[in-house]
Amino acid sequence: MRPMLEWPREEESMAAGYYNRDHLPHFGDIAEGGGDLAKKFFDYYGAVFAAGALTEREKALIALAVAHAVQCPYCIDAYSHECLQKGSDLEEMTEAVHVATAIRGGASLVHGLQMLEHVKKASM
Amino acid sequence: MSSTSPLELEGPRGTTSLRARAHPLAPASRQRALLDALDLSRAPHRGDFALSLSASEQGILRPVAIEIVQINVGKLCNMTCRHCHVDAGPDRAAEQMERATVEACLDALDRSGAHTVDITGGAPELNPHFRYLVEGAVARGKHVIDRCNLSVLLLPRSRDLPEWLGDRGVEIVASLPHWRRRGTDSQRGEGTFGASIEALRRLNAVGYGRGDSRKRLTLMANPVGAFLAGNQTSLEREWKDGLGREHGVRFDRLITLNNMPISRYLEWLESSGNLHAYMETLVRAFNPATVSDLMCRNTISVSWDGRLFDCDFNQMLEIPIVGEDGRPMHVRDLDAGSLLSRRIATGRHCFGCTAGAGSSCGGSLA
Repeated sequence: MRPMLEWPREEESMAAGYYNRDHLPHFGDIAEGGGDLAKKFFDYYGAVFAAGALTEREKALIALAVAHAVQCPYCIDAYSHECLQKGSDLEEMTEAVHVATAIRGGASLVHGLQMLEHVKKASM
Repeated sequence: MSSTSPLELEGPRGTTSLRARAHPLAPASRQRALLDALDLSRAPHRGDFALSLSASEQGILRPVAIEIVQINVGKLCNMTCRHCHVDAGPDRAAEQMERATVEACLDALDRSGAHTVDITGGAPELNPHFRYLVEGAVARGKHVIDRCNLSVLLLPRSRDLPEWLGDRGVEIVASLPHWRRRGTDSQRGEGTFGASIEALRRLNAVGYGRGDSRKRLTLMANPVGAFLAGNQTSLEREWKDGLGREHGVRFDRLITLNNMPISRYLEWLESSGNLHAYMETLVRAFNPATVSDLMCRNTISVSWDGRLFDCDFNQMLEIPIVGEDGRPMHVRDLDAGSLLSRRIATGRHCFGCTAGAGSSCGGSLA
Protein backbone atom coordinates (compact mmCIF):
# COMPACT_ATOMS: atom_id res chain seq x y z
CA MET A 1 0.00 0.00 0.00
CA ARG A 2 1.13 3.44 -0.91
CA PRO A 3 0.67 6.18 1.69
CA MET A 4 -2.61 8.04 1.20
CA LEU A 5 -1.03 11.36 0.33
CA GLU A 6 1.10 10.08 -2.53
CA TRP A 7 -0.23 10.76 -6.02
CA PRO A 8 -0.30 7.80 -8.41
CA ARG A 9 2.69 7.78 -10.73
CA GLU A 10 1.77 8.94 -14.22
CA GLU A 11 2.18 5.54 -15.88
CA GLU A 12 -0.02 3.94 -13.21
CA SER A 13 -2.74 6.53 -13.55
CA MET A 14 -2.58 6.33 -17.34
CA ALA A 15 -2.90 2.57 -17.17
CA ALA A 16 -5.90 2.93 -14.89
CA GLY A 17 -7.41 5.52 -17.23
CA TYR A 18 -7.59 8.31 -14.66
CA TYR A 19 -6.34 11.85 -15.10
CA ASN A 20 -4.84 11.61 -18.55
CA ARG A 21 -3.19 14.98 -19.32
CA ASP A 22 -4.22 14.57 -22.94
CA HIS A 23 -7.90 14.74 -22.02
CA LEU A 24 -7.82 18.48 -21.42
CA PRO A 25 -7.09 19.60 -25.00
CA HIS A 26 -9.75 17.13 -26.17
CA PHE A 27 -12.44 18.33 -23.78
CA GLY A 28 -14.61 19.18 -26.78
CA ASP A 29 -14.83 15.49 -27.70
CA ILE A 30 -17.47 15.17 -24.98
CA ALA A 31 -19.88 16.30 -27.74
CA GLU A 32 -19.60 12.86 -29.30
CA GLY A 33 -22.28 11.44 -27.07
CA GLY A 34 -24.52 14.51 -27.07
CA GLY A 35 -23.74 17.53 -29.19
CA ASP A 36 -26.63 19.73 -28.10
CA LEU A 37 -25.81 19.59 -24.41
CA ALA A 38 -22.10 20.06 -25.10
CA LYS A 39 -22.82 23.11 -27.22
CA LYS A 40 -25.04 24.59 -24.52
CA PHE A 41 -22.37 23.95 -21.92
CA PHE A 42 -19.48 25.40 -23.93
CA ASP A 43 -21.51 28.42 -25.03
CA TYR A 44 -22.43 29.05 -21.42
CA TYR A 45 -18.85 28.45 -20.32
CA GLY A 46 -17.54 30.97 -22.85
CA ALA A 47 -20.11 33.55 -21.80
CA VAL A 48 -19.27 33.07 -18.13
CA PHE A 49 -15.61 33.88 -18.69
CA ALA A 50 -16.13 36.89 -20.96
CA ALA A 51 -15.40 40.26 -19.36
CA GLY A 52 -18.44 41.70 -17.63
CA ALA A 53 -18.74 43.36 -14.26
CA LEU A 54 -15.60 41.35 -13.46
CA THR A 55 -12.55 41.38 -15.72
CA GLU A 56 -11.34 38.23 -17.46
CA ARG A 57 -8.34 38.31 -15.14
CA GLU A 58 -10.49 38.39 -12.01
CA LYS A 59 -12.65 35.55 -13.31
CA ALA A 60 -9.56 33.46 -14.04
CA LEU A 61 -8.37 34.00 -10.44
CA ILE A 62 -11.75 32.87 -9.10
CA ALA A 63 -11.61 29.84 -11.38
CA LEU A 64 -8.12 29.02 -10.11
CA ALA A 65 -9.33 29.14 -6.52
CA VAL A 66 -12.38 27.00 -7.28
CA ALA A 67 -10.19 24.55 -9.21
CA HIS A 68 -8.26 23.97 -5.98
CA ALA A 69 -11.41 23.68 -3.92
CA VAL A 70 -12.82 21.01 -6.24
CA GLN A 71 -9.29 19.59 -6.68
CA CYS A 72 -9.51 19.34 -10.45
CA PRO A 73 -6.02 18.87 -11.93
CA TYR A 74 -7.25 19.80 -15.41
CA CYS A 75 -8.68 23.06 -14.14
CA ILE A 76 -5.56 23.80 -12.10
CA ASP A 77 -3.36 23.43 -15.20
CA ALA A 78 -5.78 25.38 -17.37
CA TYR A 79 -6.28 28.27 -14.96
CA SER A 80 -2.66 28.51 -13.85
CA HIS A 81 -1.90 29.16 -17.51
CA GLU A 82 -4.91 31.41 -17.95
CA CYS A 83 -4.11 33.52 -14.87
CA LEU A 84 -0.55 34.14 -16.08
CA GLN A 85 -1.77 35.02 -19.54
CA LYS A 86 -4.36 37.40 -18.14
CA GLY A 87 -1.63 39.22 -16.26
CA SER A 88 -1.71 37.77 -12.74
CA ASP A 89 1.49 36.84 -10.96
CA LEU A 90 2.47 34.09 -8.54
CA GLU A 91 1.68 36.13 -5.45
CA GLU A 92 -1.85 36.92 -6.59
CA MET A 93 -2.43 33.32 -7.64
CA THR A 94 -1.11 32.00 -4.34
CA GLU A 95 -3.44 34.33 -2.45
CA ALA A 96 -6.34 33.04 -4.54
CA VAL A 97 -5.46 29.45 -3.59
CA HIS A 98 -5.34 30.47 0.07
CA VAL A 99 -8.82 31.94 -0.25
CA ALA A 100 -10.05 28.54 -1.45
CA THR A 101 -8.13 26.86 1.34
CA ALA A 102 -9.56 29.20 3.99
CA ILE A 103 -13.11 28.58 2.82
CA ARG A 104 -12.57 24.84 2.71
CA GLY A 105 -10.97 24.89 6.14
CA GLY A 106 -13.59 27.24 7.50
CA ALA A 107 -16.33 25.03 6.11
CA SER A 108 -14.98 22.18 8.21
CA LEU A 109 -14.31 24.25 11.25
CA VAL A 110 -17.70 25.94 11.37
CA HIS A 111 -19.24 22.47 11.67
CA GLY A 112 -17.35 22.34 14.94
CA LEU A 113 -20.18 24.44 16.37
CA GLN A 114 -22.52 21.52 15.78
CA MET A 115 -20.02 19.33 17.59
CA LEU A 116 -19.84 21.90 20.37
CA GLU A 117 -23.61 22.03 20.78
CA HIS A 118 -23.76 18.25 20.84
CA VAL A 119 -21.01 18.01 23.42
CA LYS A 120 -22.61 20.67 25.61
CA LYS A 121 -25.97 18.96 25.51
CA ALA A 122 -24.58 15.50 26.09
CA SER A 123 -22.10 16.42 28.78
CA MET A 124 -22.58 17.21 32.44
CA MET B 1 33.04 54.00 -31.57
CA SER B 2 31.76 54.18 -28.06
CA SER B 3 34.16 54.90 -25.25
CA THR B 4 31.74 53.31 -22.80
CA SER B 5 33.31 50.97 -20.33
CA PRO B 6 31.27 48.25 -18.65
CA LEU B 7 32.02 49.90 -15.29
CA GLU B 8 29.82 52.82 -16.24
CA LEU B 9 27.00 50.47 -17.07
CA GLU B 10 26.05 49.16 -13.67
CA GLY B 11 22.54 47.84 -14.11
CA PRO B 12 20.38 44.90 -13.12
CA ARG B 13 21.54 41.57 -14.49
CA GLY B 14 19.18 38.73 -15.29
CA THR B 15 21.86 36.77 -17.12
CA THR B 16 24.80 37.39 -19.45
CA SER B 17 24.68 37.52 -23.23
CA LEU B 18 24.71 34.37 -25.35
CA ARG B 19 27.73 35.86 -27.06
CA ALA B 20 29.63 36.29 -23.78
CA ARG B 21 28.89 32.70 -22.84
CA ALA B 22 29.82 31.43 -26.31
CA HIS B 23 26.42 29.71 -26.21
CA PRO B 24 25.60 27.46 -29.19
CA LEU B 25 22.55 29.65 -29.92
CA ALA B 26 24.61 32.85 -30.18
CA PRO B 27 24.77 32.74 -34.01
CA ALA B 28 21.46 33.65 -35.67
CA SER B 29 21.88 30.75 -38.09
CA ARG B 30 21.68 28.30 -35.18
CA GLN B 31 18.51 29.95 -33.92
CA ARG B 32 16.87 29.71 -37.34
CA ALA B 33 17.94 26.08 -37.63
CA LEU B 34 16.49 25.23 -34.20
CA LEU B 35 13.12 26.80 -35.09
CA ASP B 36 13.01 25.13 -38.51
CA ALA B 37 13.88 21.71 -37.09
CA LEU B 38 11.02 21.66 -34.55
CA ASP B 39 8.46 18.97 -35.23
CA LEU B 40 5.20 20.91 -35.43
CA SER B 41 3.42 18.26 -37.49
CA ARG B 42 0.45 18.26 -35.08
CA ALA B 43 -0.02 22.00 -35.43
CA PRO B 44 -2.10 23.61 -38.19
CA HIS B 45 -0.24 23.68 -41.55
CA ARG B 46 2.59 21.84 -39.79
CA GLY B 47 3.76 25.18 -38.40
CA ASP B 48 4.55 26.59 -41.84
CA PHE B 49 3.96 30.35 -41.64
CA ALA B 50 3.64 30.84 -45.39
CA LEU B 51 0.95 28.16 -45.52
CA SER B 52 -0.97 29.67 -42.58
CA LEU B 53 -0.73 33.02 -44.30
CA SER B 54 -1.89 31.78 -47.70
CA ALA B 55 -4.89 30.13 -46.06
CA SER B 56 -5.89 33.47 -44.52
CA GLU B 57 -7.95 36.14 -46.25
CA GLN B 58 -4.93 38.35 -47.01
CA GLY B 59 -3.04 35.40 -48.48
CA ILE B 60 0.21 37.30 -48.69
CA LEU B 61 2.09 40.00 -46.81
CA ARG B 62 2.25 43.03 -49.05
CA PRO B 63 4.31 46.07 -48.04
CA VAL B 64 2.53 49.40 -47.85
CA ALA B 65 4.05 52.89 -47.82
CA ILE B 66 6.70 53.28 -45.12
CA GLU B 67 5.26 54.95 -42.03
CA ILE B 68 7.89 54.04 -39.47
CA VAL B 69 11.65 53.79 -39.71
CA GLN B 70 12.88 51.77 -36.77
CA ILE B 71 16.55 52.35 -36.13
CA ASN B 72 18.42 49.89 -33.94
CA VAL B 73 21.47 51.90 -32.93
CA GLY B 74 23.31 49.01 -31.30
CA LYS B 75 23.37 46.04 -28.98
CA LEU B 76 25.04 47.76 -26.04
CA CYS B 77 22.84 47.72 -22.93
CA ASN B 78 23.31 48.33 -19.22
CA MET B 79 20.95 45.40 -18.57
CA THR B 80 20.97 41.73 -19.57
CA CYS B 81 17.32 40.61 -19.49
CA ARG B 82 16.59 36.93 -19.80
CA HIS B 83 14.07 37.38 -22.60
CA CYS B 84 16.09 39.78 -24.79
CA HIS B 85 15.66 38.98 -28.48
CA VAL B 86 18.66 41.19 -29.31
CA ASP B 87 21.13 39.37 -27.02
CA ALA B 88 22.09 42.84 -25.83
CA GLY B 89 24.31 43.53 -22.84
CA PRO B 90 27.25 45.50 -21.47
CA ASP B 91 29.65 43.30 -23.44
CA ARG B 92 28.19 44.32 -26.81
CA ALA B 93 30.02 47.65 -27.02
CA ALA B 94 31.48 47.03 -30.47
CA GLU B 95 28.13 46.85 -32.25
CA GLN B 96 27.16 50.52 -32.14
CA MET B 97 25.90 52.67 -34.98
CA GLU B 98 28.60 55.11 -36.11
CA ARG B 99 28.05 58.77 -36.94
CA ALA B 100 28.27 58.21 -40.71
CA THR B 101 25.48 55.62 -40.52
CA VAL B 102 23.39 57.94 -38.36
CA GLU B 103 23.83 60.59 -41.06
CA ALA B 104 22.77 58.05 -43.68
CA CYS B 105 19.66 57.26 -41.61
CA LEU B 106 18.75 60.94 -41.36
CA ASP B 107 19.19 61.35 -45.13
CA ALA B 108 17.04 58.27 -45.68
CA LEU B 109 14.26 59.72 -43.51
CA ASP B 110 13.75 62.43 -46.09
CA ARG B 111 13.29 59.82 -48.81
CA SER B 112 11.27 57.36 -46.76
CA GLY B 113 8.02 59.26 -46.37
CA ALA B 114 7.85 57.95 -42.79
CA HIS B 115 6.12 60.02 -40.11
CA THR B 116 7.76 58.20 -37.19
CA VAL B 117 11.31 57.35 -36.18
CA ASP B 118 11.45 54.54 -33.66
CA ILE B 119 14.85 54.34 -31.96
CA THR B 120 15.75 51.09 -30.28
CA GLY B 121 18.71 48.97 -29.21
CA GLY B 122 20.21 47.67 -26.79
CA ALA B 123 19.75 50.75 -24.72
CA PRO B 124 19.71 53.34 -27.51
CA GLU B 125 20.58 56.15 -25.10
CA LEU B 126 24.05 54.59 -24.68
CA ASN B 127 24.95 55.24 -28.29
CA PRO B 128 27.17 58.37 -28.36
CA HIS B 129 25.19 59.70 -31.35
CA PHE B 130 21.76 59.11 -29.81
CA ARG B 131 21.03 62.79 -29.13
CA TYR B 132 22.29 63.78 -32.57
CA LEU B 133 19.92 61.26 -34.15
CA VAL B 134 16.98 62.49 -32.06
CA GLU B 135 17.72 66.14 -32.91
CA GLY B 136 17.99 65.31 -36.61
CA ALA B 137 14.74 63.37 -36.68
CA VAL B 138 12.88 66.05 -34.69
CA ALA B 139 14.24 68.74 -37.03
CA ARG B 140 12.72 66.78 -39.92
CA GLY B 141 9.32 66.95 -38.25
CA LYS B 142 9.19 63.27 -37.35
CA HIS B 143 7.48 61.78 -34.35
CA VAL B 144 10.34 60.22 -32.40
CA ILE B 145 10.10 57.20 -30.12
CA ASP B 146 12.80 56.24 -27.63
CA ARG B 147 12.52 52.57 -26.60
CA CYS B 148 13.84 52.91 -23.09
CA ASN B 149 14.69 50.24 -20.51
CA LEU B 150 14.08 52.82 -17.71
CA SER B 151 17.12 51.84 -15.60
CA VAL B 152 19.39 53.57 -18.12
CA LEU B 153 17.84 56.85 -16.97
CA LEU B 154 19.45 56.37 -13.56
CA LEU B 155 23.00 56.39 -14.96
CA PRO B 156 24.85 59.62 -14.15
CA ARG B 157 25.19 60.45 -17.85
CA SER B 158 21.40 60.36 -18.25
CA ARG B 159 20.53 62.77 -15.46
CA ASP B 160 19.21 65.43 -17.82
CA LEU B 161 17.75 63.01 -20.35
CA PRO B 162 14.08 62.96 -19.25
CA GLU B 163 13.84 66.73 -19.55
CA TRP B 164 15.91 66.78 -22.74
CA LEU B 165 13.63 64.23 -24.40
CA GLY B 166 10.52 65.99 -23.13
CA ASP B 167 11.66 69.32 -24.58
CA ARG B 168 11.81 67.64 -27.99
CA GLY B 169 8.45 65.90 -27.78
CA VAL B 170 9.99 62.43 -27.84
CA GLU B 171 7.61 59.62 -26.91
CA ILE B 172 9.11 57.21 -24.41
CA VAL B 173 8.16 53.57 -24.78
CA ALA B 174 9.42 51.95 -21.62
CA SER B 175 9.75 48.23 -20.96
CA LEU B 176 8.05 46.95 -17.84
CA PRO B 177 6.91 43.32 -17.89
CA HIS B 178 4.61 43.67 -14.91
CA TRP B 179 3.38 46.40 -12.61
CA ARG B 180 4.27 44.21 -9.65
CA ARG B 181 7.82 43.49 -8.54
CA ARG B 182 8.14 39.75 -8.88
CA GLY B 183 7.69 39.34 -12.63
CA THR B 184 9.80 42.35 -13.51
CA ASP B 185 12.78 41.33 -11.38
CA SER B 186 12.67 37.70 -12.44
CA GLN B 187 12.83 38.61 -16.12
CA ARG B 188 15.02 41.70 -16.10
CA GLY B 189 17.25 41.17 -13.06
CA GLU B 190 17.04 41.73 -9.30
CA GLY B 191 16.45 45.39 -8.48
CA THR B 192 14.99 46.25 -11.90
CA PHE B 193 11.55 46.98 -10.56
CA GLY B 194 12.78 49.50 -7.99
CA ALA B 195 15.00 51.17 -10.59
CA SER B 196 12.11 51.28 -13.06
CA ILE B 197 9.80 52.93 -10.53
CA GLU B 198 12.46 55.53 -9.72
CA ALA B 199 12.94 56.23 -13.44
CA LEU B 200 9.17 56.52 -13.96
CA ARG B 201 9.00 59.04 -11.10
CA ARG B 202 11.71 61.11 -12.76
CA LEU B 203 9.78 60.99 -16.04
CA ASN B 204 6.57 62.00 -14.26
CA ALA B 205 8.45 64.85 -12.58
CA VAL B 206 9.31 66.45 -15.94
CA GLY B 207 5.76 66.03 -17.25
CA TYR B 208 5.79 62.60 -18.87
CA GLY B 209 2.74 60.37 -18.40
CA ARG B 210 0.31 63.16 -17.55
CA GLY B 211 -1.76 63.27 -20.69
CA ASP B 212 0.45 65.75 -22.56
CA SER B 213 0.70 64.46 -26.12
CA ARG B 214 4.19 65.99 -26.42
CA LYS B 215 5.38 63.98 -23.45
CA ARG B 216 3.74 60.66 -24.01
CA LEU B 217 4.86 57.84 -21.72
CA THR B 218 3.95 54.40 -23.00
CA LEU B 219 4.64 51.25 -21.02
CA MET B 220 5.35 48.07 -22.90
CA ALA B 221 4.54 44.78 -21.22
CA ASN B 222 5.56 41.35 -22.38
CA PRO B 223 4.75 38.04 -20.69
CA VAL B 224 7.11 36.76 -18.02
CA GLY B 225 7.14 33.21 -19.28
CA ALA B 226 5.85 30.86 -21.96
CA PHE B 227 2.41 32.33 -22.58
CA LEU B 228 0.83 35.00 -24.73
CA ALA B 229 0.35 38.65 -23.85
CA GLY B 230 -2.84 39.53 -21.99
CA ASN B 231 -5.64 41.84 -23.04
CA GLN B 232 -4.09 45.25 -23.59
CA THR B 233 -7.12 47.36 -22.73
CA SER B 234 -7.99 45.48 -19.59
CA LEU B 235 -4.37 45.35 -18.37
CA GLU B 236 -3.94 49.07 -18.96
CA ARG B 237 -6.76 49.82 -16.52
CA GLU B 238 -5.29 47.51 -13.89
CA TRP B 239 -1.76 48.81 -14.35
CA LYS B 240 -2.83 52.43 -14.10
CA ASP B 241 -4.72 51.65 -10.95
CA GLY B 242 -1.92 49.51 -9.46
CA LEU B 243 1.04 51.74 -10.27
CA GLY B 244 -0.87 54.82 -9.18
CA ARG B 245 -2.11 53.34 -5.93
CA GLU B 246 1.07 51.60 -4.82
CA HIS B 247 3.79 53.83 -6.28
CA GLY B 248 2.19 57.13 -7.23
CA VAL B 249 3.38 56.61 -10.81
CA ARG B 250 1.42 57.66 -13.89
CA PHE B 251 1.67 56.74 -17.54
CA ASP B 252 -0.37 57.40 -20.68
CA ARG B 253 -0.94 54.00 -22.24
CA LEU B 254 0.06 50.37 -22.04
CA ILE B 255 0.96 48.23 -25.01
CA THR B 256 1.44 44.48 -24.85
CA LEU B 257 3.50 42.25 -27.05
CA ASN B 258 4.34 38.58 -27.29
CA ASN B 259 7.84 37.31 -26.66
CA MET B 260 9.59 36.21 -29.82
CA PRO B 261 11.41 32.88 -29.97
CA ILE B 262 14.73 34.55 -30.71
CA SER B 263 18.08 34.84 -28.87
CA ARG B 264 17.84 34.67 -25.09
CA TYR B 265 14.08 34.04 -24.97
CA LEU B 266 14.67 31.15 -27.37
CA GLU B 267 17.45 29.94 -25.09
CA TRP B 268 15.09 30.08 -22.09
CA LEU B 269 12.29 28.29 -23.97
CA GLU B 270 14.65 25.50 -24.91
CA SER B 271 16.39 25.11 -21.55
CA SER B 272 13.10 25.21 -19.60
CA GLY B 273 11.48 22.59 -21.83
CA ASN B 274 8.86 25.06 -23.06
CA LEU B 275 9.98 25.54 -26.66
CA HIS B 276 7.81 22.97 -28.38
CA ALA B 277 4.63 23.81 -26.47
CA TYR B 278 5.17 27.56 -26.89
CA MET B 279 5.65 27.27 -30.64
CA GLU B 280 2.54 25.08 -30.88
CA THR B 281 0.65 27.70 -28.87
CA LEU B 282 1.77 30.44 -31.26
CA VAL B 283 0.86 28.41 -34.35
CA ARG B 284 -2.55 27.38 -33.00
CA ALA B 285 -3.26 30.98 -32.00
CA PHE B 286 -2.65 32.26 -35.55
CA ASN B 287 -5.18 35.06 -36.02
CA PRO B 288 -5.79 36.08 -39.65
CA ALA B 289 -7.24 39.39 -38.43
CA THR B 290 -3.75 40.49 -37.38
CA VAL B 291 -2.18 40.14 -40.82
CA SER B 292 -3.30 43.43 -42.32
CA ASP B 293 -1.74 45.38 -39.43
CA LEU B 294 1.56 43.54 -39.07
CA MET B 295 4.36 46.04 -38.55
CA CYS B 296 6.56 44.55 -41.27
CA ARG B 297 4.15 46.04 -43.79
CA ASN B 298 4.62 49.71 -42.89
CA THR B 299 7.97 49.65 -41.09
CA ILE B 300 11.57 49.45 -42.23
CA SER B 301 14.13 48.32 -39.71
CA VAL B 302 17.74 49.53 -39.84
CA SER B 303 20.57 47.72 -38.05
CA TRP B 304 23.54 49.33 -36.29
CA ASP B 305 25.64 48.74 -39.41
CA GLY B 306 23.02 50.27 -41.72
CA ARG B 307 21.45 47.18 -43.27
CA LEU B 308 17.71 47.12 -43.94
CA PHE B 309 15.29 44.52 -42.58
CA ASP B 310 11.54 43.92 -42.59
CA CYS B 311 11.48 44.14 -38.79
CA ASP B 312 13.72 44.06 -35.72
CA PHE B 313 13.09 40.32 -35.37
CA ASN B 314 14.27 39.53 -38.90
CA GLN B 315 17.22 41.77 -38.07
CA MET B 316 18.20 39.65 -35.08
CA LEU B 317 17.75 36.46 -37.09
CA GLU B 318 19.94 37.97 -39.83
CA ILE B 319 17.31 37.82 -42.57
CA PRO B 320 18.04 41.06 -44.45
CA ILE B 321 16.11 42.76 -47.23
CA VAL B 322 17.94 41.83 -50.39
CA GLY B 323 18.17 44.15 -53.38
CA GLU B 324 17.81 43.23 -57.04
CA ASP B 325 21.54 42.52 -57.13
CA GLY B 326 21.04 39.83 -54.51
CA ARG B 327 22.95 41.76 -51.84
CA PRO B 328 21.61 43.07 -48.51
CA MET B 329 20.26 46.57 -48.90
CA HIS B 330 21.83 49.44 -46.98
CA VAL B 331 20.07 52.48 -45.56
CA ARG B 332 22.06 54.56 -48.07
CA ASP B 333 20.07 52.81 -50.79
CA LEU B 334 16.68 53.20 -49.10
CA ASP B 335 14.15 53.91 -51.81
CA ALA B 336 10.55 54.03 -50.68
CA GLY B 337 9.23 53.18 -54.15
CA SER B 338 11.29 50.07 -54.80
CA LEU B 339 10.77 48.79 -51.25
CA LEU B 340 7.05 48.64 -51.99
CA SER B 341 7.66 45.76 -54.36
CA ARG B 342 9.84 43.75 -51.99
CA ARG B 343 8.86 40.37 -50.69
CA ILE B 344 8.62 40.40 -46.89
CA ALA B 345 10.70 37.54 -45.52
CA THR B 346 8.89 35.26 -43.07
CA GLY B 347 9.60 32.24 -40.92
CA ARG B 348 8.26 30.40 -37.92
CA HIS B 349 9.13 33.28 -35.60
CA CYS B 350 6.44 35.31 -37.42
CA PHE B 351 3.78 33.32 -35.57
CA GLY B 352 4.79 35.46 -32.57
CA CYS B 353 3.25 38.53 -34.22
CA THR B 354 0.08 36.83 -35.47
CA ALA B 355 -0.82 34.93 -32.29
CA GLY B 356 -3.94 35.84 -30.35
CA ALA B 357 -4.58 39.55 -30.36
CA GLY B 358 -1.44 40.00 -32.45
CA SER B 359 1.78 41.69 -31.48
CA SER B 360 3.95 44.50 -32.73
CA CYS B 361 6.21 47.28 -31.51
CA GLY B 362 3.00 49.30 -31.34
CA GLY B 363 1.21 46.71 -29.20
CA SER B 364 -1.62 44.33 -29.97
CA LEU B 365 -3.25 44.40 -33.41
CA ALA B 366 -6.67 42.80 -33.45
